[in-house]
Amino acid sequence: MNIESQDFYTQAILSMSALVGLTSFLMLGQGRLLRLIFVFAVQGLLLTLTTSLAAYSLDNPHLYISAVLTFALKVVFIPWMLHKQVLAMNMHRDVEALKNNTAVMLSGASLMVFSYYVLQPIIHTSSMIMLNALAVSLSVVLLGLMLMISHRQAVAHVVGFMSIENGLFFAAIVATNGMPMVVELGVAFDVLVAAILFGIFFLHIRTSIDSLDVDLMNKLHEVDK
Amino acid sequence: MIAVYLLLLLSAAGIIFFALTGHKDDIGTLNTRINGVSLLITIWLAITVFNQGTILSGGKAFLIDSFNVYLIVLTAFVGFTTSLFSAPYMAHEKEIGKLTDKRLKLYYSMYQGFMLAMYLVLTTNNMGIMWVSMEGATLATVLLVSLYRTPESIEAAWKYFILCGVGIAQALFGTILLYYAASQIGDSGNALLWSVLHEHATQLNPDILEIAFVFLLIGYGTKIGLVPLHNWLPDAHSEGPTPMSAVLSGLLLNDALYAVVRNKMLVDGATQTHIAGYLMMGFGLVSFLVAALFLHRQKDIKRLFSYSSIEHMGLMTFAFGMGGALATFAALLHMTVHSLVKSAIFVTVGHAAQITGTQKMSQIRGLIKTQPKVGWGLLIGTVAIAGFPPFGVFTSEFLVLLATMHSYPWLTPLLLLGIGIAFAGLFRHIQPMVFGEKPEGQNAIKANLIPVMVHLGFALWLGLAIPSFLSDWFSQATQLISGSAL
Repeated sequence: MNIESQDFYTQAILSMSALVGLTSFLMLGQGRLLRLIFVFAVQGLLLTLTTSLAAYSLDNPHLYISAVLTFALKVVFIPWMLHKQVLAMNMHRDVEALKNNTAVMLSGASLMVFSYYVLQPIIHTSSMIMLNALAVSLSVVLLGLMLMISHRQAVAHVVGFMSIENGLFFAAIVATNGMPMVVELGVAFDVLVAAILFGIFFLHIRTSIDSLDVDLMNKLHEVDK
Repeated sequence: MIAVYLLLLLSAAGIIFFALTGHKDDIGTLNTRINGVSLLITIWLAITVFNQGTILSGGKAFLIDSFNVYLIVLTAFVGFTTSLFSAPYMAHEKEIGKLTDKRLKLYYSMYQGFMLAMYLVLTTNNMGIMWVSMEGATLATVLLVSLYRTPESIEAAWKYFILCGVGIAQALFGTILLYYAASQIGDSGNALLWSVLHEHATQLNPDILEIAFVFLLIGYGTKIGLVPLHNWLPDAHSEGPTPMSAVLSGLLLNDALYAVVRNKMLVDGATQTHIAGYLMMGFGLVSFLVAALFLHRQKDIKRLFSYSSIEHMGLMTFAFGMGGALATFAALLHMTVHSLVKSAIFVTVGHAAQITGTQKMSQIRGLIKTQPKVGWGLLIGTVAIAGFPPFGVFTSEFLVLLATMHSYPWLTPLLLLGIGIAFAGLFRHIQPMVFGEKPEGQNAIKANLIPVMVHLGFALWLGLAIPSFLSDWFSQATQLISGSAL
């Protein structure tokens, strides 16, 4: 595949998927919560740009609505809420020491390769571009999971959770030019409610264990000890 | 097709109404009435479907066929009987100061929210909306798990939220892949409608659908509680209020399995192989065996029965995976009897916990001497769920065994072993709780055991003789799912 021979839209989408993938890696290695939230907002912004681009190029006005929704939720509301929490807990100066940072980054890279491997069969049915875009979305999903495993702070878990949503959203736009409107509205509604619930949970967890370190929540076991 | 709209509107109205008035004294009765009306509506719906066959309405937005209509009735029925139990239970919890007005409002409002999400999962024809409502069900119940605000319950709710949220995100990826495959054959406006997809299943790209099914199974499988994605389930069931455990076990798990089976029907059509079925069989069998072993190591009574739920869901997943008319019929029957019996057990367990003031099995003793009705309820419920004749669970498990012997004879010993282990695991705990010495000062409480008797009565009836209209229904659903008649 020669990238220069593709049309402008395809080139733009490919660059966007590269950037989205990059932000996921940036988040994975980030120990400072405020910076983590900032990178998350940047990822949301990239997603908004991709959506608007798709809406413009494909002349698909309903994608503008999802672009606005993405912007409002992923760039403004959720980062703002998390930012507020971090400041309230006075955690903005803490740096979380990530265990095995190198191993985490390496496994992140292998997850990306794995995504390409899993989606390889799709190539028979469509273009190389689709494979790239879908594989990046899947790796954003998997890197989000990795982020949740490697970080201990509840805030980082929420960022991971929401970045998984970002990956899914990216897949929906690039592969299928957006889901039907009613589904997209439903998903956006779920994300909004989830964000609000996370806010409520932070409050409960803080009153319960006086910290947002989820490793301290360890009362329940598979079998009683 | 007004019944579907009425059903959804009623629950939606309930959410708003209870959010404002949920703290009032007799509000539990009103909740019961709303659920009672819902039950009547679903019966009306069932009769319509029975007479007219499959209904596709609201611009193809809703699909009611023989597979989901009986699940809709079952959902409404369990929702209704659980609300019968929940009214005095929650009043008692308020009396002893475990709950405030605000939390009661939340509880009743979200009870209806959960019912709405369940009805939507079942009635919708759009695979995207199915995902949205499944996630909605998590969101509605997550704050109910932490209703008591103890550190344990907050931990359980957080786990539930994160695990189910992340898990179900995988199902969305699967749904997107499904949509991608469907939009390749044109008509992207309707490409997520199940009826359209099912019609064109053979044209869908098998490679993409295979990948999609892996994600769908992992995603919805998290909600079914398949091992190793089950970690949230015992925690969420044991820490939330008991009526919630009853509806989670009786309804949510069923509906998640329903979503998987709907997707399997599409994938089977496209791939023309048994790959989806093998995946389900593997996951199902592992869940069944692992959960049976875990039963032995439990100390909390609600955790015990949530592992039993995992075990039964595993068996159903296995049976649906096996495919074929007999196994599918057995799985459908098992879904019904498991819902009935398990929610009855949770109701009894709720009473037992209120009598003794604890959920620790080592401290629950002498139920039959304190309050015979509760003791017998628990004993008979356990007998039924362990698969003794003449209850319905025996019939369905026997049919599953029969189907296994026919198609995969070498798996039969594993199933028998699992059933045996599970039986021992349940009875070693239940026997002392029911028959043990009654501790000093343990008194009977005001208990409403009518729902338990009705549920167990139905389970018994289904074990002795399946009424002809129900077996017709199951046969039609079997025909639809497995493609061959019994």
